[in-house]
Formats: sequence, C-alpha cells, structure tokens
Amino acid sequence: MELQASYPEGVLSNLLSWIVFLPMIGMAIILCLPKDAMETVKKVSLVFTGIPLVLATYLYFGIFDKSTSALQLVERFDWISLGAGENPIQYFIGVDGISLPLVWLTTLLLFIGVPASYSIKNASKAYYALLLLLEVGILGVFVSLDYFLFYVFWEIMLLPMYFLIGIWGGPRREYAAIKFFLYTLAGSVLMLVAVVALRIDSGTFSIPDLISLAQAGELTGASLPYGGELLGMKFTTWVFWFLFISFAIKVPVFPFHTWLPDAHVQAPTPISVILAGILLKLGGYGMLRACFPIVPDAFNEFAYALAVLGVISIVYGAFVALGQSDFKRMVAYSSVSHMGYVLLGMAALTEWGMNGAALQMFNHGTSSAALFLIVGVIYDRAHHRDLNGFGGMSQQMPVYWGLTTIGFFAALGLPGMAGFISEAMTLVGAYSSANPDFRVLVVISVLGIVITAAFLLWAMQRVFLGTLNEKYASFPDIDKREIFCQAPLLFLCIVLGIFPFYLLDWMEPSIANLVEILTIASNG
Amino acid sequence: MGLGAYIAVSAVLFAIGVVCIVARRNMIYVLMGIEMILNAANINFVAFNRFNGDAMDGRMFAIFVIILAAAEAAVALGIVLNVYHLFESIKPGDADLMRD
Amino acid sequence: MDFLQFNPEVDFKLLLAVPLIPLVGYVVQIFFGRFLPRKGDWLLTAGMFATMCITVLMAAKAISHGFSSSEPFFHLSKDVGMSFSWFYQEGKDAADPLNMTAGLLYDGLGAAMLAVVGIVSFFVHLFSTGYMKGDKRYHIFFANISLFTVAMLGLVLSDNILFLFVFWEIMGLMSYLLIGHFSHDPSTPFFHRWATWASKKAFLTTRVGDCCLLIGMMMFWQNFQTFQFTELWRLTSEEVARNGGEWPQWMTIAGLFIFGGTVGKSAQFPLHIWLPDAMAGPTPVSAMIHAATMVAAGVFLLGRTFPILSPDVLAIVTATGAVTALFAATIGVTAFDLKAVLAWSTISQLGFMVAAIGTGGIGLVAGLFHMVTHAFFKSCLFLSAGSVIHGCHHEQDMRKMGGLRKRMPLTFLAMGISTLAIAGIPMFSGFYSKDKIIQAAFMKTSLEFSGAQAFACFALPVAAALTAFYMFRMMFMTFAGEYRGDVAEGHGHGHDDHHDDHDHHIVHSEDGGIAGGHPGPVPHESPLPMTLSLLVLATLGFLGGKFWLADLDILAHSKPWFMKLVSPEKMYPGIELMNGYGAQVTDAMLKSTYDSAHTWAMIISLFVASAGIFGAWWIYGPRLRTTGQAVVRWTWTIVCLVLAYLFGVPLVGSLIEGADTLVVVAAWIIGLGLLGYVLMRTTKWIVGVFAGLSRPAPENIADGFGELYVAVANKYYIDEVVDASVIRLSMLASKFLRWFDETIVDGLVLLIGRINRSGGGVSAWFDQKVVDGAVNGVGALTQTFGFIARLFQTGRIQQYASFAVAGGLAVAAWLLLG
Repeated sequence: MELQASYPEGVLSNLLSWIVFLPMIGMAIILCLPKDAMETVKKVSLVFTGIPLVLATYLYFGIFDKSTSALQLVERFDWISLGAGENPIQYFIGVDGISLPLVWLTTLLLFIGVPASYSIKNASKAYYALLLLLEVGILGVFVSLDYFLFYVFWEIMLLPMYFLIGIWGGPRREYAAIKFFLYTLAGSVLMLVAVVALRIDSGTFSIPDLISLAQAGELTGASLPYGGELLGMKFTTWVFWFLFISFAIKVPVFPFHTWLPDAHVQAPTPISVILAGILLKLGGYGMLRACFPIVPDAFNEFAYALAVLGVISIVYGAFVALGQSDFKRMVAYSSVSHMGYVLLGMAALTEWGMNGAALQMFNHGTSSAALFLIVGVIYDRAHHRDLNGFGGMSQQMPVYWGLTTIGFFAALGLPGMAGFISEAMTLVGAYSSANPDFRVLVVISVLGIVITAAFLLWAMQRVFLGTLNEKYASFPDIDKREIFCQAPLLFLCIVLGIFPFYLLDWMEPSIANLVEILTIASNG
Repeated sequence: MGLGAYIAVSAVLFAIGVVCIVARRNMIYVLMGIEMILNAANINFVAFNRFNGDAMDGRMFAIFVIILAAAEAAVALGIVLNVYHLFESIKPGDADLMRD
Repeated sequence: MDFLQFNPEVDFKLLLAVPLIPLVGYVVQIFFGRFLPRKGDWLLTAGMFATMCITVLMAAKAISHGFSSSEPFFHLSKDVGMSFSWFYQEGKDAADPLNMTAGLLYDGLGAAMLAVVGIVSFFVHLFSTGYMKGDKRYHIFFANISLFTVAMLGLVLSDNILFLFVFWEIMGLMSYLLIGHFSHDPSTPFFHRWATWASKKAFLTTRVGDCCLLIGMMMFWQNFQTFQFTELWRLTSEEVARNGGEWPQWMTIAGLFIFGGTVGKSAQFPLHIWLPDAMAGPTPVSAMIHAATMVAAGVFLLGRTFPILSPDVLAIVTATGAVTALFAATIGVTAFDLKAVLAWSTISQLGFMVAAIGTGGIGLVAGLFHMVTHAFFKSCLFLSAGSVIHGCHHEQDMRKMGGLRKRMPLTFLAMGISTLAIAGIPMFSGFYSKDKIIQAAFMKTSLEFSGAQAFACFALPVAAALTAFYMFRMMFMTFAGEYRGDVAEGHGHGHDDHHDDHDHHIVHSEDGGIAGGHPGPVPHESPLPMTLSLLVLATLGFLGGKFWLADLDILAHSKPWFMKLVSPEKMYPGIELMNGYGAQVTDAMLKSTYDSAHTWAMIISLFVASAGIFGAWWIYGPRLRTTGQAVVRWTWTIVCLVLAYLFGVPLVGSLIEGADTLVVVAAWIIGLGLLGYVLMRTTKWIVGVFAGLSRPAPENIADGFGELYVAVANKYYIDEVVDASVIRLSMLASKFLRWFDETIVDGLVLLIGRINRSGGGVSAWFDQKVVDGAVNGVGALTQTFGFIARLFQTGRIQQYASFAVAGGLAVAAWLLLG
C-alpha cells in the first residue's frame, strides 16, 4: 500500500478532514441551541449530514483517481509525541478504493438517517447531536491509517451508539445497549492488545508501514519476549486471531452474532439502518484494511477456517431468519447471512471473491438499510412487528408494497439488482479459489440463497398478501418523507445491479493490490 | 501513747468515711463520709507532725485541709440543694442526666 | 431481396430494440400507466407489436441468411464489436476474463425462439386487453407481463450464461408477481388464497433449479474462466478431444447441475410441482408461462448448452424427460380443471422436448422444434381455455361445461385445431415434431442401446397416446354434449340436433352473451381481440409444421426452413460435438436406421394418436342416447372425418411429394374434403354398429382402477411428499436453529456475562468482607473495648468511688504483699 506521491493542494488539502469533522461542528451548534428549537435542530442536522454527502460525492466522482491503488488525499502530521527516538502517534488519514465507497455510503445513510428520525417523537437535541457524533466516529474509522487513531475513532463510535440504543430504543433497550456495548468493547480490547503488541514489535502505529513490514517479513514478534510465542502459537497467529475476533464481532460472524438481533430489534429505525448499513461494514473493512494484510501468513493459514465461518453464517443466518416471527429480527438475521458472503469472498483470496466481498459490503449497506426502513414504516403504523399479525397490506398500501418488493428482491440477490452481482462474484470467486475444498463450501452456501428467498417471500406473504387485517384497514400509505428515505437506497440497488462498474471500477485497483499482497504471502 | 494509736484511729475513721461514701444512698451522708476521710487525714497530719520534730508543716496542712473542707462542704451542699431541686431526690444515682 | 440481408450495424440496433421497447414501455407503465387512457394497455400492446415485427423481420433475415450463406452463424457482439462491458468499464479491459461482457448472440436458435416469443407475447397482450378488462390492477398486470416478455427476449439474446441467468431470474420474479396477481385482489377468495401460495411455490421451486444452474456455471467458470456460450462450446470440445473423447468427471457433474436449471424452469420431475399451481395466475399469464417464456427457457437453455453436456448427462436428461412425459400425461387424464389438464399436458410435452434433446442429433432439432410448435398451439390452447373460462364466467371445472361448441364457435375452432396439433394429427404442427421425437428415441436406442433410451422408446409413445386421449377428453367434456353449468335462462342449449342451423346459433348466442341481454351466466363468445388472437395462434399452430419444416431429413441436401435455422452444425459452428454418436456408428448405419426409425415412428405415432382419440370418444364422446337421427349422424361425421384424415390424407400427400408447400396444403385440404365426403356417405351402417355397443361411463373406469386412480388423481402425492419432507424439514431446521441460537449461542454469551457477573460478585464479597473487613475489624475491636469499658462508666459516683477504693486497696495489697 503506497501513498500517493502528490498530496492534494489548496482548498482540497483538508477535504477528507472536513468530511469527517463537519458533523462535529453541527453537533456543537446543536448543543448550543435552545431545548425547544427542535425544528432548527433537525435542519442543522440535515445540513451537517448533507454537506459531507455532497463533498463525498464530489470526492468520489471529481477528485478520486480510480486508476491507482494508492492511498489518496492523505493528511499526515504528528499528533502525540512519544518522546525522542519513538515514532509519534500521527493524525494520518487517507482513502483508497476500498474505503471510499464506504465513506460515501456512510454520508448517505447518515443523511437519510436524519429525516428517518423525524418519526421518533421523543428525540431531543441530544439525539441529533449523538447521531452527528456517530457519523464522525464511523467516518474516522474508514479514513484512519494510523492504528491508534483507528482505535480512537472506533471507540468514539461506540459511545453514541450505546446511548442512541439505550435511550431511544425499544422496551428492552438497556439490555440490548449494554450487550452491544460490552460485546464490541470486548472486541476492541482484543484489538488494543494486538495493536500494542504490534507497536512494541514494530515501533509504529501506521497501518501502511505495518503492511510494508509484514510484506518484508519483519513483523514476526522478534522484539517481544519469547519472540512473541505463547502457548505454542506464533506471534502473527495471536495478532491475527485477536484482530479477527474483534472485527468478526462487528461483522458479525457466527458465533459472535447474538448482539445483533437484540441491538437491531431494540434500536429505533434510523439507528438500525445505520447499524446494519454501516457498522457491520466496519468489521469487514477492518479485516481488509487492518487485519489480513498485516498478518498475511496467518490469514493464509486460516483462510479455510474463515470460509467455514462465513458459510455457517450464510446458511445458519438464513435458517434462523426463516424461523423468526418478528419482522425486524428476521431482517437482522438476514444481515448475518448476507455478511457471511463477505467473509467467504475474502477468504477465497481471488480477485472476484475479494471484489465481490467489498461490493457485497456496499450492497448490503443499501439493501439492508432499505429493509430496516421498510420495517420501520409498518412499525410506525402498527406499533408491533409480528409477522403473523399483519396480512393483506398490499391492498391498503400499494406503493409501500411496491417499494418493499424491490427491497426484498434486492435482498434475496435477484439478478438485475446489486446483490446478485456481489453474491455471484463472491461465489464464483470462492469456487475458483486455489484451495479446492472451497468448492464444497460454495455448494453448501448456495443453500442459503434458497432459504433467503424462502423467508423473504414467506414474510411478504404474511405481511402483504392474504386477507386484509381489519385493524389496519385505515393505515395511510407510505408518505413522502418515507419515500424520500427509501428511494435513494432502492435506486442504488437497481442501478448498481445494472451498472456495477460504478463501484467496481473504483475498487478494483486497491482490491487487486490487496489480493497481490496476500497471495505473495501465501506463495512465499 | 505511741504513734500507732493515732494512726489506728485515723484508719478506722477513714474506713468509716469510705463506707459512708460508697454505701449510703444519701448525698448528705456521702458528704459526711468525705468529711470523715478528710478528718482521718488531718489526724494523720497532726500525729505525724507531733512525733516528727518541731516543724509546723503538718499542723499547717491540717488547718489548710479544714479550711478547704469547710469551703468544699459549702459548695457541695449547694450542689446537693440544686440536685434536690432538679431531681427531687438526693440519691447519688438519680442525677443521671449526663449518663450515656 | 436486399432488406433480408444482414446488416450488422442496423441489426444490432434492431435487436437491441427488441427487449428495450417493452422495457421502456414497462417503465412508463409502472409510473404513469394509471393516468393513461385505457390504463396504458394500448401503449404496451403497440410496443409488443413493434417488437413482434422486428423479431419476425429478423427471423426472415436469419432464414434467408441460412439459405444463402455458407456462413451459418451470426454473433452480433463479435461481428460488430458492440458489447457491453458489464462489471468493469475502466478497471479491467473488456477482454479480461475477470471482466464480464454482455453481448448479443443471435443465431438460428435465437432467431426461431425470438420470433416465437415476439409473436406469442404480442397475441397474449392483445388477448389480455379483452380478458383482463375490469381488473383492479389492470395497468400493473400489463406492466408486469411486459417485463416478463423483456426477460425472455433478453434471455434468448444473451451471449453468455451469466447474462442469461440474470434474465432467467428476472423472469422468475415476474412469474412470481404474475402468478400472484390475484393475491392482491380479495374479491375472489379462492384465487386470492391460491395465488398467494402458488406464486411463492413457483418462485422457490424454480429457485432450487436456479441455484443448481448457478453451481453448474461456477464449475465451468472455474475451469474455463468464461461464461460465453461460444467459448464454452469450443473449450469443452477441445478439452474432451484432448482427453481422447473421455469426458472429465467434473463436466458431467457440472452438466447435471446445469440441467438442474432446466428441471426447475421447465418443470421436469421432481421440480414440476410449481407448474400446475401456476395457473392460479390470470390465464394470459399461464399462456405466457406455458408457451413462450418460463418453461421454454429451460428447453432453450438445453439447446444453448447442449455441446457442454456429456453423454452421461444426456442419458439422464432423456430419462428425466421420458419419466416426466409419461407421469404427467397420466395425471392429465384425471384432471377436471380445464387449465389443469393443459398444465399437465405442458409438463408432459416438455418431457418430450427434454427427452428428445437428450437423445442428441436429430433429437436435438426435434426437441427444439417441438418447443416452437408447442409454443403456438399451447398458447392457443391456454388462451382458448381463457376464453372458455371468460365465457363461462370464471368457471374452470369441465364437469360444469359442455355444449360450448355452439355458444363459442370461434373458440371451439381455435381450440379444436390446437388440440389436433397437440394430439399429433398429421398436417398439424405437433405431429411433425412429436413424430421426430419418437423417431429420434428409436434411432438412438437401436444405434447405442441404453436403459434411459429404451425407456424413452416405451414411455414417449404411451405418453403420446395419453396426450391424445386427455386432450380429446377435454374437448368432449367442454364443447360436446349439453351445457351442464347453471344457467339462469335456458337459451338455446341442449339441442344438438339443430346442427343444421349452426350459423344461426352463433349469431344467437353471441347476441345473448355479448349484448348482455341475459343476466345469468350464459356462456358467450369472447370479444374480438381475444378471438382474433386465438385464431391467429391456431393458424400458426396448424401451419407451424408445414411452414417451418417440410421434412426433417437430416441427411438430405435440401434442408427445410427450420433446419436452416436450427441444426447442430448451424447452432454450434466449428464445434465438433463430442456427445453425439460414437465413432462406431457410420453414416450408412445412420442412414438405414434413420429410414426404419422414420417408418416405425410414423406408424406408431399415427396409431397412438388415433387410439387415444378413439378412446376419448368412446368414453367421453357424445352419447347416442340423446336420440335423433341428426345427432347420430353428426357424431359419426366427426369420427369419420378424423379417421379419414388420419389414414387417407397422408396417402394423398405422399402422391404429390416434393411439390410446393402451398400446393401440398391445398391438395391436403382437397383430399380431406373428398375422403370426408365419401366416408360420410357410408355413415349409416357404421352408426348402426356403434349404436349397438354400450360404452362405459368414465366413473366406472375410474372405479375400476381403484387406488391407482386415486393416487394419480392426487398427482402421485408428490406435493404431499415434498411438503412433508423438504418443507417440513426446513421449517423444523429453522425452528431448531432459532432455538439453538437463542438458547445455546446467545445462552453462551449470557453465560459468559453471568460468569463475569458472578466473578464480580466474588471479588465484591472479598472486597467487602476481607479487605474492608480488616478495616472494619479494627474499628469493631475498638468499639468492643469501648463497650466493655463503658460498663464501668455508670455515672454513679459511688461506684466510681468504690472502684477507686478497690483500686487503692488492690494497690495497697500489692505493695504490702508483693
């Protein structure tokens, strides 16, 4: 991973920082506003999530050079000095083809999250402030290139999430929030241990430097006591599993997934959207950016185990989703299933597999976010989410039904929609992996496709078809605000299914580079 | 008569005084017990002075004690009167406001 | 003719327009359809008309190209260099195997299929303008059926299997929405409920097949790094040739998976279960699914992927097709629902196609040809059934029909022609294709015997006989006899002896039905758009055989039109097929077997068709007990005509072999008339013979079969078995895993949490009791001493004094004694 030779000049030199920290300015403004000026608060939130979206869009299409795998728009200066002779902790950010789409997706979903929050009656200005803080944390993680900074943003993101679930969530919100918080915190502790160990070994927090060191074979734990060996496991193995588990919790990978349904079910709709749309991607992104390339040998050694976990997630998540009666829980488990493809594709270590995984992260971000918005619409009206409690809603809410159909079929990977491209790339890539054992896994994971279709169609039947439940015969159809929230996501689902190169072209150089790094490790 | 006789009287008087202080349930008797102890001491002072040269110090002490005893008796009786006013009793154990 | 020459620049745009016109129509319709006059049906129908014109023009070009050019193949994306770089535009260049390009492949098979889809779709659209009138979701229906067509058109034009898969799945989605069309309309509770689960069943069942196809695709990609059909063909035959003619094992497995896609989409056993229930959708949708789109796609896929299927796969293909053909035909015999009969007949006919393709060589062509002919007559049959159902006010049970011949003469005509076609009557299209299929099975068996082929040789003729039987059973139950439904006013029904004033009746019943003079459900003829569609499709179904294929003589030099488009060497140019006959089969053997198989197939298919028809007439035909000389005569006339036609016409036809097609048609019609006339003159004594025999009632026959009949009528309980095994198991698995997740996995997490909390408890106890206890202990000790000391502090002066005395005494005693 090399840095772009020329750093951006002039106004653009700090563009990335502006994108990351603009929401924080918004947060400061909101906190200064009087308590009852909720309309202003909403407007400010909208503006300060909207500007990063505009900037990120401009960055995506206007500035980013998609012909190179280099990190771009790099900003790097010392942040905390650790004394003479020691590498300081740096403020070191930049984007490449892997992180840029996710940065853009973050700004989009947070922007959508604001109007989606209007239906939360008791949302105070603290809510919007926390939402903006959340955006800072997430964006920070995606652009950080210094592991210390990465960790700081990682924790920053955790806190607002805890409060957003714990205060504005459903009936068991405290339980869910605590579970989410502790689970993630347990993961980040592992990460911290690994990061510190890496620092002691290599003397740097810089992720690109760590990757170069790993490539040069110098990241072996030699400067640690016992050469970093513990309980018969190599230093890199320890680092790999520590980092992997901390990210796997976020993805989430079976068996670390149980915080997800609780958090999703209890979180208010916009928070579920952000949770499913972006927070889960942090795990996958973390693996791609800050786990696999740092310990490529260990990754190659355990790739098959990762793929097995991925396949279990796919099939298991789908089956458990089939057994749910809560609409939101079902969607939450479908996330487990869909994120399994990410792991499978990455573990396969082929260009298609890796590309498919990166693409799947983005596509799942749009489709699952749309699904949660869909659940939110019906929950706002009926105040429950029991799949068996509805029926015949398509007669009462035809437009809503139409949008849901798009969302559902995008989620079940219908060709022509975005999910198909990524799933097909993942599966084909995994099938053609150098390790022939992957083929069995792929065949098993195809079962997940059928089950996914089954539970989504069954849900559709139970909610939308059949006889209209008289209780709900007065429901208004989906309104303009709700359409405004869903339309961009569903639009993306379709457009990226037809023109996947709007993502793949951007991702490809970085992914190819990553695959190269990891493959070299497996050969040498 | 030797010194031993004086000391024996003094000791008896002292013993009576002590019993009077400890055993009687009347503050007046307690005061009287105190007087007896003081007087037992006075007897010793005077007796030792008599058998121990020409110095006047023993007698001087005795006179001093008598004067003190008189002052003390006056104050103590005043207290007893006040106690009686307050508690309508002159039993030593009844004035227990400051106990515990 | 210049305009029939291929002009790649123009043709590319034309072909691109084929799916794009209805696609644009769809987008307009879905957003603005409800605001347009007539809810936009004219827009899409006109669009489909344009599409049809282009497809027919292109087919004409392809045929002319096939006749005139030695270059048999036409691959537009290659020729023009216009293909769509799909996955990457800049990240990878178009030639990179990791980049997916999507181009058009327009060859003979594509030309034939595209024209069929275009024509059938247009007439289904036209038919729907009448049939769906008054539907609540009229505009949505049109939008969906348009996109359904787009998917099929795109599928046919795709030049690689992944792109085909995209359209394949979109078609699945549209079938889901269309079969479920009534699930949003609670006004007919039965259809409402049925459509709801039938649509889901269709999608999920076909998706099982789709996943198989996906796996098959991946296996080929993993080995060849391409999805392009042309590349796959080439690489496969090269690979097999390199292997000395041996097919690698993975290719067989991959081929089976690809065939799994066909099994799902083309409703082969055991994934056929969705198709009979698919009739829960509106009838035009059934016509689309059964003729031009869904099920044809599976067979089309077999045609596209034929060169990559190993001989072992082909044997399984044949076996599956033969089993399906036979068992679906038996179920068709027992069905009472008009559309169910047609649905099972579709499955059976698909079995014919699949079995034929499995035999390879001539069978491949015959199977694809049957797909084309079947598309016409089956769409006509379904639309006719729709017309009947429309006329009978949405009654589908044949037991409540009967005698509709006079009330719906045009429908009767169209349906009759199509029935003759599907039953395999010479000169009607179905005869040619089915005859060739049986011939192909015979050939394959006698040249390279295998169990699957031998079974096909037995199963296919039996299925053909059953086909003729149940189709005529349907015709008799629907159109002959008396009307058995509830009629509010007895208007001109039940008097079959009035056959002389047939025309009068037409007018009369049309008046009654269409003018709406009768409020009761009097069956009536359908409006013009519907009958027009029926008649055109019936004509195509009638002419199809002659028009497309005079004779399928694979070794002859003068090749008929269909062979100009679809034959192994045209479809897979430059590819040496490795799954045909082995080297030991010489041309001479091929030639002699061809001739003998041809003769036998001809004899057998004529025999089974007539046997089936006769059986149907014998059991279900009009009863002579409705006395009246005219009835007897009329009935026998029909039988005579059929018999005359079956045995007399081929004689005449063979006399003028080699003549121009139109002359042949004309001669056949004249011969038909003459023979019919002669036989009608001899009616009287034959009538006497048959009137003397007693014919069994259908119920008695059914009773005679006992349990077997019950099993067949219940579709061999396959639905129940699937329900009890696959679905029940999946649900159990999901329930178990949900329990597992919530109890074990989450339980573990909570357990860890609890352990941590109890760990916290222990340390809290230690902290409180031991650490803090020590501190408190000092305090408590002090307190205890204080407490004890306090006992002395009574506040009693005398006590104090006594203590003092005692102390003093003690000191004194110590001094004195110590």
